[in-house]
Amino acid sequence: MGDHHHGPAKGLSRWLFTTNHKDIGTMYLWFSFAMFILGGTFAMIIRAELFQPGMQLVEPGFFNQMTTLHGLVMVFGAIMPSFVGLANWLIPMMIGAPDMALPRMNNWSFWILPPGFLMLASTLFMEGGAPAFGWTFYAPLSTTYAAPSVTFFIFAIHVLGISSIMGSINIIATIMNMRAPGMTYMKMPLFVWTWFITAFLLVAVMPVLAGAVTMMLMDIHFGTSFFSAAGGGDPVLFQHIFWFFGHPEVYIIILPAFGVVSQVIPAFSRKPLFGYASMVYATAAIAILSFVVWAHHMYTVGMPVAGELFFMYATMLIAVPTGVKVFNWVSTMWRGSLSFETPMLFSIGFLVLFTIGGFTGLMLSIAPADFQYHDTYFVVAHFHYVMVAGAVFSMTSAVYFWLPKWTGRMYNETMGKVHFWISFVGFNVTFFPQHFVGLAGMPRRVPDYALQFADFNMMSSIGAFVYGASQIMFLYNVIATIVSGEKVSDEQVWDGAEGLEWTLPTPAPYHTFEVPPKIEATPAHG
Amino acid sequence: MSIKKSLVTAGAALSALPIVALAQNQVNMSPGVTKVGAEIYDLHMLIMIICIVIGVGVFGVMLYSIVYHRKSKGFVASQFHESTKVEIAWTVVPFLILIGMAVPATSTLLEVYDNDDAELDILVTGHQWKWRYEYLNAEGENVSFFSNLATPQEEIYNSEAKGEHYLLEVDEPLVIPVDTKVRFLITANDVIHSWWVPEIAVKRDAIPGFINEAWSKVDQEGIYRGQCTELCGSYHGFMPIVVHAVSQDEFQGWMSAKRADKDAQIAASSVDLSLDALMTEGESVYKTQCLACHGGQGEGGVGKAISGSSIAMGDLGLHLDVGIKGVAGTAMQAFGEQLTDVEMAAVITYQRNAFGNNTGDVVQPSDVAQHKQG
Ligand code: HEM
Ligand SMILES: [Cu+2]
Repeated sequence: MGDHHHGPAKGLSRWLFTTNHKDIGTMYLWFSFAMFILGGTFAMIIRAELFQPGMQLVEPGFFNQMTTLHGLVMVFGAIMPSFVGLANWLIPMMIGAPDMALPRMNNWSFWILPPGFLMLASTLFMEGGAPAFGWTFYAPLSTTYAAPSVTFFIFAIHVLGISSIMGSINIIATIMNMRAPGMTYMKMPLFVWTWFITAFLLVAVMPVLAGAVTMMLMDIHFGTSFFSAAGGGDPVLFQHIFWFFGHPEVYIIILPAFGVVSQVIPAFSRKPLFGYASMVYATAAIAILSFVVWAHHMYTVGMPVAGELFFMYATMLIAVPTGVKVFNWVSTMWRGSLSFETPMLFSIGFLVLFTIGGFTGLMLSIAPADFQYHDTYFVVAHFHYVMVAGAVFSMTSAVYFWLPKWTGRMYNETMGKVHFWISFVGFNVTFFPQHFVGLAGMPRRVPDYALQFADFNMMSSIGAFVYGASQIMFLYNVIATIVSGEKVSDEQVWDGAEGLEWTLPTPAPYHTFEVPPKIEATPAHG
Repeated sequence: MSIKKSLVTAGAALSALPIVALAQNQVNMSPGVTKVGAEIYDLHMLIMIICIVIGVGVFGVMLYSIVYHRKSKGFVASQFHESTKVEIAWTVVPFLILIGMAVPATSTLLEVYDNDDAELDILVTGHQWKWRYEYLNAEGENVSFFSNLATPQEEIYNSEAKGEHYLLEVDEPLVIPVDTKVRFLITANDVIHSWWVPEIAVKRDAIPGFINEAWSKVDQEGIYRGQCTELCGSYHGFMPIVVHAVSQDEFQGWMSAKRADKDAQIAASSVDLSLDALMTEGESVYKTQCLACHGGQGEGGVGKAISGSSIAMGDLGLHLDVGIKGVAGTAMQAFGEQLTDVEMAAVITYQRNAFGNNTGDVVQPSDVAQHKQG
């Protein structure tokens, strides 16, 4: 080991057969960006139809296919794989490992994704159209009343689930076994910690999702009645199973994002992360609590009042560790020596907007108030604040932050800043007014609406087009960097950044840490 | 020059948009017209204000840092990075604030769940894509009817100007008395729907095979509008709810009129009608009931084409069967209970003579009644 350095294979086979964590990370990142554009296209169709009252562009049935595919593609195709890509690139470099623990499985985890999504997207061209029952696919709309393409949807979910489970087993194995000597758990960078916990969540809940879709398959094709009262089943059972997966899922999406900003904010504050240990404990607390709050998505299904109270109290509790994290980030900035390069801008954007999403989450957790909020645009606003301004902003921050290390070239800072400001304004113009229409009574998942909602919807649509267009600038900036960005050879790249990845040469060579680094030399976090 | 000018105008218009919009549009929850609704509103405001206060504090500190603790101003970073005391404080204080929120939330929730001692029971059933109401414990026979979207297709597809209550109007509203505890027993016939009227503070899922309970006691007479809030298929956005809250006397009057109507309908089904009368009535029934699936020209869509259909031009018995009993396992529902015999006769006659079908067949209400008997 380490006696010779061989580079990547040439041509297509490099990518098809690669077991290199950096290659696989790169493929995950590009794939997720492609899905982001696809899911974004669906969103633009939705916002174009909602630009004005009345039906203009699409039929109601097709509109529902768009909302469904938008949600599925963004959650399972864009956000989740993007963070897996980041994990692939960074975890070995952050813990001083030469690669992931299970490199061949790593290749598989990635390569089953594109066929899975091809299968999902192909449903658009099937008789009866694509799935039109929302990304939450409640039975019996998704079973007895679904188009035949639902079977392909079920198989697609299975494939994505298998990919996620393999990916997270790999991450757990890597973190547990491949840390460089001296890299104790409490010295791991927060990004590694958040992914460690996320991977356990994934292994725990993806099989539950697989169970849910398998039960659907049985109901549709094999005459069972899990979700049909006529045969002794219960449609609400579906919702319990789905949300037992679904609520941890939202934390699967946000925890790695927490990890990213916990790296970026200290770097540009030139100050260690405040409360490292409490960040780790808060992350664990959030993960554990996330298993006992699922029914807050189901306050209106008619649970017994004791159940409502339990889920309300448990959900409110999540605000405590979430608050701790926000306070820690702000304290990290406090009396730092701040500078505002693009990654920092996106992380600050995250911090402000995610906090707003956390506040609306707290409001939604209050069961009696949720009777008025539930399934309105208020909920749509909430989860876009946490998922777009949370997960996507953080991901964008990560790309700008580590791109110079990955490619050895610097992105265009001015364009990056313009990208941030257009995204920030576009995002808020899109989603802030949705709080208002939601409170005023506009249900979600409708293709048309009453006249009193017209002004805010038009604003939302304009904001969405702006936000959407600004992503083209991002793509351009990244490609231009790779092709012809200004070369950086400084190992450090950012003067305030800390962690093993910054001790490597820039750009990071194909194989790194073939000899484990000495940890004593790097400062601890706590 | 002109490009620049129009850009400036567009910019000005855009920046003015939020202000204009704020001036005309509802931006907050409505306290509504019930005691529970007002409590929910207070709860919502309380929590929102707490969040805003915390938000101003957190963002204030951050903003101060952003402005004063800048590298570009030569600010040198401190290196402090933990404090157990502070961590405990910002764990405990939020916890206490949460308890402060949980107390009123619990009491309001218990009230929402107090379904006992209702003075009037109404069974609400969600169908794709309309609501059915049945008054249960009024003395005498149960009164029931369907409530359909009344907004014409022409408004939805933009060939006519949209009316004031676009998409929030129905052919027959739910009528309830004020100052009366009304209990809604909510269920569904096909998929899950959700019955929501914000102003009377009721939202409850309508689940096929199960019955949920909710209640409301309305203080003020008036018209209150709501919508289905659980995705229920293609026309989820087109099944509104309209509630007329009227005085108790008026309610009694309405109820007797409803009963009289029902008797009149039974009588009407023995009277024969002319082809013209049937066609006129049939067209209007077609538009509210059939058009969404079968198309404005009978060309089909979600459902099969009516124009040139072998059923609509073939055996009358089969045609009546499809209309009355529906086709199991498809979107074609059983309309036997939803339509009166007169309406059924009219729409069947219409389908057999419109869209170029021209069979010349006339179906009378008595034929429908007879067919139902088997
Ligand atoms: C303080 C933390 C949070 C609390 C208390 C909270 C609470 C809630 C509640 C009660 C709902 C249900 C609303 C309804 O349907 O009526 C909800 C919906 C949702 N939340 Fe959160 N939330 C929090 C953070 C997050 C985060 C971090 C994410 C993801 C990154 C997230 C994603 C979502 C999504 C996707 C939905 C809507 C799901 C759907 O029905 O399609 N939330 N949240
Ligand atoms: Cu949740």
